[in-house]
Amino acid sequence: MNPAILDFIEFSLAGLCVGALYALTGIGFVVVYKATRIINFAIGEFMMIGAYFFFGLAAQAELPNWAAIILALIAAGTVGGFLERFIFRRLIGESAISVFMVTIGLASIMVGLVEIAWTADPRSLPTFLPDQPFFVPLGSAEAFLASKNGWSFIIVAAIMAAFITVFRFWRGGIALRATAADQQAAYSVGINVPGVFSFAWILGATTAAAAGILVGSISGISSAMGAIGLSVIVVVILGGLDSLAGALVGGLLIGWLEAMASLYIGGEYKQVATFVILLLVLVVKPYGLFGTHDIERL
Amino acid sequence: MRIGSARQTYAADEAIFKTNVQRLWFAALAVALVLLPFVASDYWQLLACLIAVNVIAAMGLMILTGFTGLVSLGHAAFMGVGAYTAAYLSNHVALPFWLTIPAGGFVAAAVGAIFGIPSLRVKGLYLALTTIAASFILQSIFFNWPAVTGGARGLSIEPASIFGHALVTPGAIYWIAMPIAALSVWWARNLLRTRVGRAFIAIRDRDISAELLGIDLLRYKLMSFALASFYAGMAGAVWVYLFRVITPESFRLLESIFFVAAIIVGGLGSVRGAIFGAIFMTLVPEFLKIGASDLAPYWPDAVKLLSPVRTIVFGALIVGFLMFEPLGLNEIWQRTRRRFALWPFRT
Repeated sequence: MNPAILDFIEFSLAGLCVGALYALTGIGFVVVYKATRIINFAIGEFMMIGAYFFFGLAAQAELPNWAAIILALIAAGTVGGFLERFIFRRLIGESAISVFMVTIGLASIMVGLVEIAWTADPRSLPTFLPDQPFFVPLGSAEAFLASKNGWSFIIVAAIMAAFITVFRFWRGGIALRATAADQQAAYSVGINVPGVFSFAWILGATTAAAAGILVGSISGISSAMGAIGLSVIVVVILGGLDSLAGALVGGLLIGWLEAMASLYIGGEYKQVATFVILLLVLVVKPYGLFGTHDIERL
Repeated sequence: MRIGSARQTYAADEAIFKTNVQRLWFAALAVALVLLPFVASDYWQLLACLIAVNVIAAMGLMILTGFTGLVSLGHAAFMGVGAYTAAYLSNHVALPFWLTIPAGGFVAAAVGAIFGIPSLRVKGLYLALTTIAASFILQSIFFNWPAVTGGARGLSIEPASIFGHALVTPGAIYWIAMPIAALSVWWARNLLRTRVGRAFIAIRDRDISAELLGIDLLRYKLMSFALASFYAGMAGAVWVYLFRVITPESFRLLESIFFVAAIIVGGLGSVRGAIFGAIFMTLVPEFLKIGASDLAPYWPDAVKLLSPVRTIVFGALIVGFLMFEPLGLNEIWQRTRRRFALWPFRT
C-alpha cells in the first residue's frame, strides 16, 4: 500500500483515539455546563488531580491498580462535589463571567497544591493497560495503533455507552436533563435542583479524572498537564457548550484535526490549526455545531 | 455622597474633581509620583515602571471588559504585538521611542480590531473563549515569523535615547512609563464622559437595547477592541524599553489571565479599579518573594515553595475577591472614604 495513505490512516487512528479522550473530558465539561451553566475552565486541572491521585495511590501508596483507580475517581468526585457545595452554590446568581473567573482561580490553586504535594517534575504513571499493540488490517497492509491509545479508545467507548444509558433511563439522569431544560419547571415538579448541581459536579469531576488517568498513562503527568484543558475547551465550543453529542463529535473531530495538522503542517502548529478552525466555525455558527441557540428577550 | 457639595449645573455634576479637597489630594499624588524616582531604590524604581506598564494595559482591558462588557483573554497577546512592533521599528527603521511607542499602539489596535470581529456574532463566554484563540494564533506568529520576531530566541533592542542620552536604568524609563500611564488614565476617565464612552456602557448593560437606541454595535464593539488593544500595544512597547529583550514566552495566556484578574480584583467598571488592580497584582508576588527570602534563614524550604505558593495566592485572590468582595478594591476604597467623610455618622 502507498506509504502516504498508510501514514494518513495511522495518524487518523491515533488522532481519533486522542479525540476520544477529548470527548470524554468534554462530556465532563458539558454535564456541568448543562446543569449549572458554569463554564468550567478548570477542566484540565480536574484531569490533572485525577491523574495525581492515581499516581499517589498506585505508585506511592502501592495499592493495586484497580483499587487506586476507584479511589482516585472517588477522591476527584469528592473534590468536585465539595467545590460545588462550598463555592459554586454560593455564587448562584452572580454573572456568568465572575463564575468563569472563579474556575480559572481554582485551576491556579489546584496547580499550586499539586506542585506542593508532588513538585512540578513530570512523572510517569504505573502501567495498567496491556502493551500489545493493535494492527488494523487494511487489505494487503496493516496499520499500527499503539496499545495505550487503542485501549483508551475502548475504555472511553464503554464509559460513553454507560453515560448514554444513564442519561436516557436513570431517574437522576432524567432529573439532570430536566434541570438543564428549565430550572424553575424542574423545581416545581419536585426535582432537587441543588442536588442535581452537586451530582453534575461530582459526575463532571469523576469523568475528567478518568480521562486524566488515561491521558497520564499515555503521555505521563506533570503539573502543567492542565493545559490539555484548552484543547477540551476548543472541543466543547466547537460542539456547542450544552450538547453531549457535540462534545463527542467535536472531540473526535479535534483529535483527528490535530493529528492531521501534525502530519501535514508540523506538530508545533496543531493547536493553532484547531484554534483557526474554531474561529471560522464560530463566525458561521456562533453556538457551535450542536449548541442550543439562546433566544434573547428584552 | 459627600456632604456639602451640592451641584447645581450638569457641568459641575460631570466634573472629574468635584471639590477642592479632591484637587489638593490629586496634586499631592502628582508630586509624589514625580518625587518617587528620587527617593526609591533601583528595585522599587523597576517595580514602579512595571506597575505603570500594567496600569496602561489594565486600563485598556477595563475599557473593553469593564465598560463594554466584552471579556478578552487575549490581552497580553496584543501587548506582544505592540512590543514586537516597537522592537522591530527601533531595530530596523531606527525610529526614536516617542514614535515607536504610539506605533506599537496603532499596530496592536489594528490587530485587535481584526480579532474583535467575532464579537459581532459571538457573545458572552463564547467570546471570552474565542479570544483565547487570538492569544494562541498571535503567539504562534511570534514563534514562527523569525524575520520580524526573531522566532523563539526573540529580539533585543537598543535602549531608548533622547537627545543622545540613553535611557538605560528603570529610573530613566520611569519618565516614559509614568507619564504614559498618567495620560492613559486621564484619557480613559474622560472617554467615559463622551458619547463613545456612554455607548460602551450602554452596550455592556444590554446590547440589544443599545442597538435599539441607535448605537451601531459593529462600530462601537470594534472601536472598543481597537482602543483596548491600543492601550495594550502602548504598554507592550514601554515594556520592551524597560527590559530590552522580548521572547514569545513573555505574552502567554497566563499574562492575559493576569490582566483579567487585575481588573476584577481592582473592581470592574471603574477607572480607579484598573489602577488599584494593576498595583495590587504587581506587588503581591513581589511581597511573597520578599517574604520567602526573609523566611529562608529559618525555614530552608521557603524559597522552593515560593513558586507554587504564588500560583495558589494568585488563584485564591481571584476566588476570594469574587466571592467576598465582588466589586473589588475600588469598593473597599470607597467604603473607607465614605466612613471618613461621614464620620462620626455611619452608613
